[in-house]
Amino acid sequence: MKGNPLRSVLSGGTATAAALLVLIFAVVFVINPSFAEPSSMLAFVKKAAPLVILAAGQYFVIASGEFDLSVGSLVGAQVVIAAKLLDGEDSRTVPVLFLMLVFGLLVGVVNGLVTTLLRVPSFITTLGMMLVLYGAIRLWTGGAPTGALTEAFRQPGRGGIDAGAIGLVPWSLFVMLAVGALAVLLMRSPFGRTLLAVGDNPVAASFSGIRVALVRTGAFVLSSLLATVAAILIGGYAGVTAQVGTGLEFVAITAVVLGGVALGGGKGFVSAAMGGAIVLEALFTLFNQLGLPSTARPAVQGVIIIAAVALAAPQLSGTRRPPRRGTATAAPVPTPEPVG
Amino acid sequence: MRVASPGLPRVGTTAIVYAALVALLVISTALVAARGGSFLSQANTVDMLTRSSLLGFVAIGQTLVILCRSLDLSVGYVMALSSLVAATTMNGDPNRIVLGAGAALGVSALVGLVNGLVITGLKVNAFIATLGTGLLLKAYLDTRYKGPSGAVPEAFQLFGYMRIAIVPLSTAVMLVLAVLGWILLQRTRVGYHMFAVGGNDEVARLSGVRTGRTVITAHVLCSVMAGVAGLLIAARFGTGSAQVYSLGYDLDSIAAVVLGGTLLLGGRGSVAGTVGGVLILATLDTAFNVLQVDPFFKDVLRGAIIVVAVALYARRQIDPTSSRARFRGGGGHGPDPVPAAPPPRTGTTKAEVTS
Amino acid sequence: MDGGGHPVTDLAEDAAPGGREHEVLVRMSGIRKSFLGNEVLHGVDIEVRAGEVHALVGENGAGKSTLMKILAGVYRADAGTVELAGEQVQFEHPLQAQAAGVSTVFQEFNLLPERSVAENVFLGREPSRRGLVDGERMVRETADLMEGLGVAGFTARTRVGSLSVAQQQVVEIVKAISQDARIISMDEPTAALSDNEVELLYRMVRELSARGVAILYVSHRLKEIFDLCDRITVLKDGALVRTGGTSEITTDGLVKAMVGRSFSGFFPDKPAGTVVGDVRVQISGGGNLQLDGIDLEVRAGEIVGLAGLQGSGRTEIAHALFGVDPFTRGEVRIDGSRVRLRSSRQAVRAGIALVTEDRKAQGLVLRQSIMANARVVLDAVMPRSSSRAARRIPGVLTSLELSSRGLDQEVRYLSGGNQQKVVLAKWLVTDPGVIVLDEPTRGIDVGAKRAVYELMRQLATQGVAQLVISSELPELIGMCDRIVVLHDGRVAGELPGGSPEEEIMTMATGSLT
Repeated sequence: MKGNPLRSVLSGGTATAAALLVLIFAVVFVINPSFAEPSSMLAFVKKAAPLVILAAGQYFVIASGEFDLSVGSLVGAQVVIAAKLLDGEDSRTVPVLFLMLVFGLLVGVVNGLVTTLLRVPSFITTLGMMLVLYGAIRLWTGGAPTGALTEAFRQPGRGGIDAGAIGLVPWSLFVMLAVGALAVLLMRSPFGRTLLAVGDNPVAASFSGIRVALVRTGAFVLSSLLATVAAILIGGYAGVTAQVGTGLEFVAITAVVLGGVALGGGKGFVSAAMGGAIVLEALFTLFNQLGLPSTARPAVQGVIIIAAVALAAPQLSGTRRPPRRGTATAAPVPTPEPVG
Repeated sequence: MRVASPGLPRVGTTAIVYAALVALLVISTALVAARGGSFLSQANTVDMLTRSSLLGFVAIGQTLVILCRSLDLSVGYVMALSSLVAATTMNGDPNRIVLGAGAALGVSALVGLVNGLVITGLKVNAFIATLGTGLLLKAYLDTRYKGPSGAVPEAFQLFGYMRIAIVPLSTAVMLVLAVLGWILLQRTRVGYHMFAVGGNDEVARLSGVRTGRTVITAHVLCSVMAGVAGLLIAARFGTGSAQVYSLGYDLDSIAAVVLGGTLLLGGRGSVAGTVGGVLILATLDTAFNVLQVDPFFKDVLRGAIIVVAVALYARRQIDPTSSRARFRGGGGHGPDPVPAAPPPRTGTTKAEVTS
Repeated sequence: MDGGGHPVTDLAEDAAPGGREHEVLVRMSGIRKSFLGNEVLHGVDIEVRAGEVHALVGENGAGKSTLMKILAGVYRADAGTVELAGEQVQFEHPLQAQAAGVSTVFQEFNLLPERSVAENVFLGREPSRRGLVDGERMVRETADLMEGLGVAGFTARTRVGSLSVAQQQVVEIVKAISQDARIISMDEPTAALSDNEVELLYRMVRELSARGVAILYVSHRLKEIFDLCDRITVLKDGALVRTGGTSEITTDGLVKAMVGRSFSGFFPDKPAGTVVGDVRVQISGGGNLQLDGIDLEVRAGEIVGLAGLQGSGRTEIAHALFGVDPFTRGEVRIDGSRVRLRSSRQAVRAGIALVTEDRKAQGLVLRQSIMANARVVLDAVMPRSSSRAARRIPGVLTSLELSSRGLDQEVRYLSGGNQQKVVLAKWLVTDPGVIVLDEPTRGIDVGAKRAVYELMRQLATQGVAQLVISSELPELIGMCDRIVVLHDGRVAGELPGGSPEEEIMTMATGSLT
């Protein structure tokens, strides 16, 4: 990884994410100076917070060497569950929030146990979970979301504290910061280190007394719980629709990869993963400012993930390529040649 | 090293897949009969076969890449692109059918080539590489085509609607391609090498197999198969449609492949199994339709079936008589130290791990 | 290490054994090879003749594998020449070697378990007809080769994954023959085989040699060498000791030629005040699929060695004790009380530590920091108090004289010796009562070896019970109070520390039985 500045810039880390962020915002400010006002920035944070939280959750799973493709449909399911159960009744807000967390926990436990105990690749486990959640929720609601979210439920996602001059400071900023702080603390705790050890080398981890299945299941639970938190913010911010959550799993994976976290596990920082999410949202904002159609967004996402992973891959060296057949410098020896 | 259970021939995974299919057909027939209907009526059979042809094309291609320990998440977008390229090129002109189909398949092949080159050349994990190209295609499709575009001449629509007795033409074509796929894997060197690359990249390389070329070939063929599926879409709809990608053929095709007994980690599997997997999914769909089961229940069940199937295949992989035993009796073999960590896909992720 | 200083005796220059007169097929002369500036082959000469079974013997680290890999095209020699049938060759890649008729059967098989025998034999060289692979021809030719070698028990269509280790080895040999191999090297081919499986291999080797194929046979098992081989080349410390006909040397003579390295003064003396105390670990009648009737005890302050050939059950005992592949019969007592050790976690809790044989695959999380590696066991088993316990880590690493660029350096960038110190540190901070050291000095430099030995002496004074597994007999002889010798999953006998290598070897090879 030495010698190539582009490589070192794009191969991730918190500092890289921060540098990219500054660069993107500089361009945005030049195009649209009004974006630099606190109210615009806070609005940006409000929009970005759910993805940041999802990226943190996805980070835990990826760091442990797995994937979680179920978070998008879990977000959708949670929002729809909330709307149906709340049905506009303010008094139900707290019990429903509690229920959502329990449901998130359950989904994470199932993902984790199926992957670790039944040895189903997590790609398939969470793909199956994605289909199950998608179908089950629509089955339950009869196709389209029913009920309504309450005002109290929507507060965290769209409300905030009025701070006078700088405008409304969104609750989601605080939620995001709290999740970020807890995630960073968790990664500095024994659990965080065992998580990375499991992602790096599950055999060595097991030989060190780590319960690999338990740690991985924990990562899936964290991912599902954070998807639940993101669902609360998204539901508040955007309301309930049938499409909510669709494709978010891939956006979250893109954010994590952009943060320089290695797929396959064992390497990367949760702060960088969350930074990757902010950079991604900033890029989307930049696209809006440039007047590019929103339909072009996926192109950025596509280029970014390929580039980030390609540049993080080690240079082609070490392995000697086999010569073409028949170029041996040895004395010619009759070998059975294919007939025909 | 696994040791064969003495005297017991290994029951083929494909046999299990087809046994499950037959069981499913029997159960469906019984359930429908209980309601006074006939499951295997002509209409239902045609419906079932039509459903299988579309997914079948994609899944046969997906089988090839998964056998190589790769993966293609871009097939849904390739289908959409192919349908649009075909429909806009043909533009209702029967003389341009060959040109349109050729252009569609050519573009599809190109996407596959890009996928293959990114995976083998840039050493990008297949999951990310094909997700990335898929997103690029999505952006192109969404920006360029706001709605259905182009028109397919009537003659070409026959591909979508013509039937030979009870068998739709598209199903017949799918089965022919399945046979070709089978021949490719069982009778050609490149097919042999796909098994080798998926089974163990290093062993293949040390035996003189050109591994990169093999993976690229698989990706090109996979994309071309998705392109054929796109042609069928165009023939059915009479026009090209960008929205096809939202129908979930990418993940469904992977599901059909693993349901058919092909290992997600490559090296073992068959086109016959995949066709069985496709037929199982199509039978489920048709049965649910006939029984008027909520279509969303189908998704739930499908998700559950895929996971259960893979879990069962994983069980079969763990042979109780595994490892060379010197002393038998006195309790079973101890549990493995670690639940086998799914090794990362392709050599590319191996590279990741050490990066 | 004094390279090249051993007297070279070549007794068989002109007298071909068994009256056979055979051309020299392979002649390697003056082969030198260094790794990271450390020369492991100091100009070795060897000749292998067509139709002979040529044993290549020597202790671990003598350079046998390196020499074999140079012949196979895996490594390139720094100096020296390789001649094949009189023509000088230089193989850049194993494929070239194979094409020239030089095949190697490594311990790790290059086979695809999901494919049939025939498909494996012809991998990369599938015969085809009109564009299609001629599967019938592949099966037929494979079957012919198998029949010619007298292989029974499976067919060309059998899936390789369903074969035993011995049978897979046969497949490798068939593959070599199908490539018209003129010389086949075998790296400890019997290491993983049971006695009746060895018979199959013997038959195969004799058949090959009757056909004029040369066999370069690397083995530790002396009995096999005398049963099977025509000539023997002995390497020691990267230099040739002697080459000669099998009939010209006795078992004793061969062992003497292999061993006898001067180690005096290398192992630290037992410090005064080392007291052998109560029994800390006791295995009675321990057994599982690999082991049977294991009785073993280690006392406080005692260092007990486990000797035996590869596959004799040494590592298996370590893994059984550590709960990785637990005993299913018998009982284990730690400090007198019976314990259930069904997982490594339970073993750690019982005060057992295992320094694994394969440092990179089992011992370290390579992309994590030194600190993260050193505290991983604490984090796993005692998360609440890990921070307090981890404060000792820098001190422990300093006392082991770890050299690094700081504790946040990733361990993959450390040398083998320093990596091993990190592994030792991660166990030392758990204050184990019992330490199992599996090949503790494998692949590390002399300085680090010395540090490991000193640590072992020091742990003994602290009353730790140590069980040491090593393929380097001098290490066991120099360091251990007792040496338990294993053979085929059972205890073959016990010798006091300081016993001559010959005695251990004899017991380990089963020559007595």
